[in-house]
Amino acid sequence: MADNVKPRVKAPRKASAGETVTIKTLISHPMESGQRKDADGNTIPRSIINRFTCEFGGEMVIDVTMEPAISTNPYFEFQAVIPDAGDMKFTWYDDDGSVYEETKSIALA
Amino acid sequence: MKRTALITALFGASAITVGAAWAEPVEDTLIINEETELTTWTDAPAAVEGALPEVISGWHFRGTETRAMQADDFDNPGMIFVEQAMDAWNTVEGEAGKSCASCHGDAEDSMKGVRAVYPKWNEDAGEVRTLEMQVNACRTENMKAEPLKYTGTDMTSMLALISSVSRGMPVNVATDGPVAETWQQGKELYYTRTGQLELSCANCHEDNYGRMIRADHLSQGQINGFPVYRLKNTKLNAVHARFKGCVRDTRAETFSPGSPEFVALELYVASRGNGLSVEGPSVRN
Amino acid sequence: MTMTRRSVMVMGAGAFVAFGLPMRASAAGEDAIAEFTGGADMGGEGLTLTAPEIAENGNTVPIEVDAPGAEAILVVAMGNPTPGVAEFKFGPLAGSNSASTRIRLAGTQDVVAIAKMKDGSFVKASSNVKVTIGGCGG
Repeated sequence: MADNVKPRVKAPRKASAGETVTIKTLISHPMESGQRKDADGNTIPRSIINRFTCEFGGEMVIDVTMEPAISTNPYFEFQAVIPDAGDMKFTWYDDDGSVYEETKSIALA
Repeated sequence: MKRTALITALFGASAITVGAAWAEPVEDTLIINEETELTTWTDAPAAVEGALPEVISGWHFRGTETRAMQADDFDNPGMIFVEQAMDAWNTVEGEAGKSCASCHGDAEDSMKGVRAVYPKWNEDAGEVRTLEMQVNACRTENMKAEPLKYTGTDMTSMLALISSVSRGMPVNVATDGPVAETWQQGKELYYTRTGQLELSCANCHEDNYGRMIRADHLSQGQINGFPVYRLKNTKLNAVHARFKGCVRDTRAETFSPGSPEFVALELYVASRGNGLSVEGPSVRN
Repeated sequence: MTMTRRSVMVMGAGAFVAFGLPMRASAAGEDAIAEFTGGADMGGEGLTLTAPEIAENGNTVPIEVDAPGAEAILVVAMGNPTPGVAEFKFGPLAGSNSASTRIRLAGTQDVVAIAKMKDGSFVKASSNVKVTIGGCGG
């Protein structure tokens, strides 16, 4: 697991049923591309988050396949429909097998 | 058509176009989180009387996307480090069994306004202290903990936290009284040409701000936005690390972060931005 | 404006320094697109790719894709050493078929987005992004 990985999510606490809301996510991660070399000229091995998903109540909102061209501290902004009160689950999958999770509860307004 | 003009037309066209488009600082207003309006362009303070007509934050010299990134705390990647520093703020370290919070409580209240007046005179120590020096004095004297590396991530993140709660307050460092001598030393450094390129801070940031130096749009070199999250290295950058980079670019041997020379330079450069809002952590290219 | 031969040469060099040499589009980029579309024809309407005309730094370039009615959108940086950037697959609770992210571009090049629509058709959008490479460290 990369050091100091910290997910941040911006989601509304409340929404009305059927409302479309904007979600922003950011996670601290170096996203080592596998293209860089260290001071001795050796290639630094690739180590990235390769997938990000957002689900609400078990149904998929967005599923992103990520390549090394995604910047350090990956950022996503997208929209979700909130059918009812429930939990929004965010998951990031690291090359090294680590999984980072965050959950936000959204109530009905 | 002269040959030189033709060559210009062929090869120089794109450079000229971009130069013209980016030559001036952009007129725009920085409002953080749709609520806090920052002063990013204001009357020249006493420190730069006669040298600059106005003082302008580096924010105005950056592109549209970069400026937007700083306007929202969620979009600003520097805020990740602020959150990490909040954890550190509440973590007990050292033999005294204290955290920052043990003495200072909530950083949001106790640290408000602190960034704006540093570097400043410390009467007990009889020295001009940067905020980094004060953090480490707290750690070694009160917490009995190890000092943080001057420009390391832990220190820079802590500074970002302390700066963030003063955003919108005007930079207001003292230049007279017990700091006068250090301030004068900083001013002399600012105007001293260094390195094989024989450039002083003023050659770029006072004489030529707004112009392009190769592909870089020169700002006034204000430090009200430090620590700075740079897109270039995707991390927070400390003031003295930036000074070191600039001096190195003149092809000179640089002073070290935390050295008396850089402390003096920081005091002087900070005073050139008196009146601009504290912006840290800002976003730059 | 008087120009010496020297100043003209400096400016000419500056033009290349400012934008870097345009990256050559790699076959790998075309391969990635072909894999996604299965070689199908691509339309030009219905997908918006928003990217800056000039990126201040290639390390962090904000982009947005938006294709109402899309099932998935593939983003490819044609001039990167590995051209793949991301594939966004929209689920049943997607509030729109759009997403924003920040990407790395190795130099001035075309960023290409391909949307796979629900009816099985494909739409392509492309945007040239000039990447400036500053000389000042820090």
